[in-house]
Amino acid sequence: MSWFTNLPSWARWSLAAAVGMFVLTVVQRVSGTDLLTEEGTAQAMLRWSIPILLAGLGGLYSERAGIVNIGLEGMMILGTWFGAWGALNWGPWGGLAAGLVGGALGGLLHAVATVSFGVDQIISGVGINILAPALTRFLSERVFSGEAGGSVSQSPRVDGFGNFTVPGLADFLGTIRDQEIFWISDVAGFSRGFVAEMSWFTLIGLLTVPLSGWLLWKTRVGLRMRICGENPNAGESLGVNIYGHKYLGVIISGGLSGLAGAFIVLELAGLYRGGQTLGRGFIGLAALVFGNWRAIGVLAGSLVFSYPFGLSLVDFNAESSGGATRALLLVIAIALAGVMVWAQRSGKRGDAILAGLFAAIALVWYLGTETAAAWLPNTMPYALVLIVLLFASQRLRGPRTAGLPYRRGET
Amino acid sequence: MAPAIELIGITKRFPGVIANDNINLTVAEGEIHAICGENGAGKSTLMKILYGMQPADEGVMRVFGEEVTFSSPNDAIERGIGMVHQHLMLADQMSVIENVILGSEPTKRGVIDFDAAKAHLAEVGRAYGLTVDPDDYIDTLEIGERQRVEIIKVLYRGAKILILDEPTAVLVPQEVEELFNNLRELKQDGATIIFIDHKLQEVLEISDSITVIRRGKTVATVAASEVTAGDLAELMVGEELPSPETGASTVTTDVALAVTDLTVRDDDGRAIVDNVSLQVHRGEILGVAGIEGNGQSELINAIVGTYAAETGSIEMAGRDIGSASVRERREGGLGYVPQDRHREGLLLDAPLWENAALGHQTAAPYSKGFWVDRPGSRSQTQQIREEFDVRTPNVDVSARALSGGNQQKLIIGREMTAEPAVLIAAHPTRGIDVGAQADVWNQIRQARANGLATLLISADLDELIGLSDTIVVMYHGRLVATLDPAEIDPRTLGSYMTGAALKGDA
Amino acid sequence: MTNPLVRRIGLALAAPALAAVFAVVVSAIVLELSGSNSIDTFGTILSNGFQLETFVDTLNRATPLFLAGVAAAIGFRMNLFNIGVEGQYILAAFAAAVVGAELNRFALPGFLHTLAIVATAMFVGAVWAGLSGLLKVTRGINEVISTIMLNFVATGGIVAALLPKVITDPTAPNQGTETIAERAWLPDLNGVAEVVTREIGRGRELTGVFLIAVVVAIAYHVGVNRTVFGFDLRSSGMNPFAAFAGGVQPKKMVFLSMVLSGVVAGLVGMPEILSDNHAYDQGFVQGLGFGGIAIALLGRNSALGMTFAALLFGFLDSSSAVLQVQASASAEIVRIMQATFLLAAVVAFEFVNRIRQRDEVARASAATETPNGPTPSIEGASA
Repeated sequence: MSWFTNLPSWARWSLAAAVGMFVLTVVQRVSGTDLLTEEGTAQAMLRWSIPILLAGLGGLYSERAGIVNIGLEGMMILGTWFGAWGALNWGPWGGLAAGLVGGALGGLLHAVATVSFGVDQIISGVGINILAPALTRFLSERVFSGEAGGSVSQSPRVDGFGNFTVPGLADFLGTIRDQEIFWISDVAGFSRGFVAEMSWFTLIGLLTVPLSGWLLWKTRVGLRMRICGENPNAGESLGVNIYGHKYLGVIISGGLSGLAGAFIVLELAGLYRGGQTLGRGFIGLAALVFGNWRAIGVLAGSLVFSYPFGLSLVDFNAESSGGATRALLLVIAIALAGVMVWAQRSGKRGDAILAGLFAAIALVWYLGTETAAAWLPNTMPYALVLIVLLFASQRLRGPRTAGLPYRRGET
Repeated sequence: MAPAIELIGITKRFPGVIANDNINLTVAEGEIHAICGENGAGKSTLMKILYGMQPADEGVMRVFGEEVTFSSPNDAIERGIGMVHQHLMLADQMSVIENVILGSEPTKRGVIDFDAAKAHLAEVGRAYGLTVDPDDYIDTLEIGERQRVEIIKVLYRGAKILILDEPTAVLVPQEVEELFNNLRELKQDGATIIFIDHKLQEVLEISDSITVIRRGKTVATVAASEVTAGDLAELMVGEELPSPETGASTVTTDVALAVTDLTVRDDDGRAIVDNVSLQVHRGEILGVAGIEGNGQSELINAIVGTYAAETGSIEMAGRDIGSASVRERREGGLGYVPQDRHREGLLLDAPLWENAALGHQTAAPYSKGFWVDRPGSRSQTQQIREEFDVRTPNVDVSARALSGGNQQKLIIGREMTAEPAVLIAAHPTRGIDVGAQADVWNQIRQARANGLATLLISADLDELIGLSDTIVVMYHGRLVATLDPAEIDPRTLGSYMTGAALKGDA
Repeated sequence: MTNPLVRRIGLALAAPALAAVFAVVVSAIVLELSGSNSIDTFGTILSNGFQLETFVDTLNRATPLFLAGVAAAIGFRMNLFNIGVEGQYILAAFAAAVVGAELNRFALPGFLHTLAIVATAMFVGAVWAGLSGLLKVTRGINEVISTIMLNFVATGGIVAALLPKVITDPTAPNQGTETIAERAWLPDLNGVAEVVTREIGRGRELTGVFLIAVVVAIAYHVGVNRTVFGFDLRSSGMNPFAAFAGGVQPKKMVFLSMVLSGVVAGLVGMPEILSDNHAYDQGFVQGLGFGGIAIALLGRNSALGMTFAALLFGFLDSSSAVLQVQASASAEIVRIMQATFLLAAVVAFEFVNRIRQRDEVARASAATETPNGPTPSIEGASA
């Protein structure tokens, strides 16, 4: 496997995606569905992955700067309210900007508590998760309930950004898809979901991935933020302003989470509604872990975690009732079988047995049912995180001092 | 020509303590100047002042003749002073180049110019004869290489004066040799080096002049070529100091602790303790000598039970405890003075009486069956406080509030009052003041007379020779020599520890 | 210099007092900014507070909050963040409701029926929390992540999957499990309370689970502070390495404390099951787990502190209901007050803690001064 680990990360993830597509293609042939590689599935997956992606990238900045941020959810909630409020007053761009600022304020609060006052990072995060829904409920009661269509838990409808289709490429992929060549057409069709009818906000979200990778790994401010998460004392001894860079990381973290909230309001729901974040901040955290604290890894994690949900949007309706989601069980069984082989080869017998057991459960489940229940796709991301952690937690390398308190002058 | 560094009358006080008391120091340009002194003599405080990490309360500093005041390391760096810390200040999961440029990154509009950085790094490397691959990650490097990165880091910033704080503490002998070669080369290229250490051999080997500090005061500055290790030791320790001596032998023939063919592997599968066998008898102090990192810590962890041994047996008073839990071992009469009291010895935020109970919480007087015995614990702690001279307002203050020496006396006290059959004592006087040191030695001697079997690990060779009835030397995980402390001096012992004596014997 | 004991108590009270003042000021500002009269609002809250019925309501609301607080605190005491109290209590309550409903069919004495329900809840809570403990001990998986994930698996997965299967009456407004037979209901404590008070009106009933909470409070306090097990638990939390060297098995402690935390978490849903609703339905009370974390943080993991915190939050919750009815101001102001108080308190605790540490060091180094003059000790002072 060493040739694989030597590849650059974009090539590794692309290869993994190609193999994944192959498995999906085979499975859907076997299971008599074609939703697994549908363009609509890809579109829904992409659309629903953006809040997770933005929250996960938010977590990336914060944890790279040494501050664990489980307040992502709360900051995202702030983003939903501010996003709706901004959009009502100034349109989509106003919503985007207001969501960003609202989330960043949450980040600032977290930074004040953890960096300046040394409050435990988990505790402060929990506090923000409690404060944010209270604050937004209060604000919407004050601001939205007076307006037409608004109430204590809901804002009037707001407009999102428009969609666009990449000319040429979309047609080209469509042509290949229609050739119905095994795997090739599936890949083309699925890929078309990434270039057709994409929201401008989605594009902005996707662009934050290379931007974050560049900022954190190629610039001075990025290097200095990362030293806060790896060895702040070393940074301090070289004159780096540790507190300042920690603040910056956590505030950016909040801003991105707020952006995630604004995305939910503008692009997914079309309005602010209490409780609409549905724990996506926590899935973002999970995507961060899944992605091994790397920008592109976070993207991969958020796509994987939103795939079951994207699928469920096209799989639970008038024409379909969970047949494709059931097929996902076979995909999981195959993936776990792969883990089993890999574990067996690297001499981890216990892991191999465990993976085999899970694979068998997924397989039996697949064989024993005709359709999957609607709750399955909602739960799958969380279960996937646990499974990933179960087999890969030793291989993950997060920032060394994330979560630890830091006080100037104490070595 | 003005000296590179001139310190006049530097004084630094901490609450209740004078760390530096009117220190004077002159370091000529282009020399290697060693600063020697025992643990706690005030060397590190002095260096922190010189590097801008702490302000001095009084005194004048001059760098190349110019008077300076530093409020942060940045000021010191600007004046051409760089410091290589004892605990390496590197980010393990970052590359060499990232570690080196941090804080003075060459940038174009905020973007790091890695090409320029690497070119400059290569230039520095060529100039001083230090090579390192800029793209390696720190966690793939050996300790010696990491230290080289630290030195390059300092040179990269154009430092003309290097401070090295106990750089050899973590190195194996070959690496020390390499470091010294590097330092000599640096000196030839015009750098001034301040070298902090308390290992006399090394100090004599590498330095041009030596300043000795004792109890926060400068005792003397001498030329290295004109003194012997013996002279230096006398200067460092002074005359009024007690030296550890055991007195008449109390060794019996009863084996209290027997370790047989013990092997411990680290995470990478290396045998960090390699087939070690040893016996400690009642009334005996067995000293284990070795440079840090040669397996002593793992040996004691395996005996205490906090680290699993791979093979071999451990018997206490004839009973096999190899598979027993830590608690069973402690209850069976195993006392433990850990090497790092803050990490393994104390609950810093808990009151003293709970700290006294730690490790003995299942036994009287600290508990009665299922229940904690608060009055019992308190009065026992009170007794420890009196008997072992733990200076504290009461037994309810938290352990954090005590000075290092008093914390150590509390630990010694709680282990001794539990009347162990076997005591594992790791660096029992590390980092504590001389008064407390003498107390600790007395306690260990007294317990020995009462039949205690002690396994003593120490980096202080005088302590080791003075207290032990027998000394074994650990080198690369193996026991390589058994020596009679009556017949050796620190220098000979040191040559065993570095493996030098072994090559001669073979 | 003031009496050290007075100073210590003063410091201990300073943090919550500061936080309370801060929370009130912030809420007042928010109220005024949003056009409400803050004096009137606080007046309404206070005047309502002096009624017996409010007090009963407060106790009813404080009871599950307190239990959730203890569940979280057991973990906090050893630096384990059981964020999963939420999922644990909901799953436990669901299982308990199902078992309780199943037992309706069997002839058995009421107290056994009750006991079976409570035991099921404690067991399921323990299993769900123990799973996180197991993952941490065997795989090194951080409990914060695993408990969060298991929250969603429990509520969005298991309960969502099984609830439709146990719904008996598809036409009922709130669909849920069959109502548990009356013999298993816990009697209310109005009779006990009325020994010292007037008759409790407005249909308020003091939940019987209150007694369970009292027992848990005592057991928690005694267990943590007076037993060897509690000592092991606390020492692992303060310094796991020192505790290990002192004979405490770290992995065993992690697992055991997660299990115990889950046992108590299982009780959180009991007022709903045994006193209020007697069933698990789609409107089952949520958010108590996160409320419990707030209680543990405010009460600094001590039984007494958490009691006060739970009473305060219970009272504020109760006031929120009153504000809703009277509509003199937004009821949400109460939530803001709670959250502000919480955040202000954790910051204040940290701040006061630093003062206390500095204080102690100063006093201890004063004690180190001997007639022969100070003994220099560099290491201890500069650390």
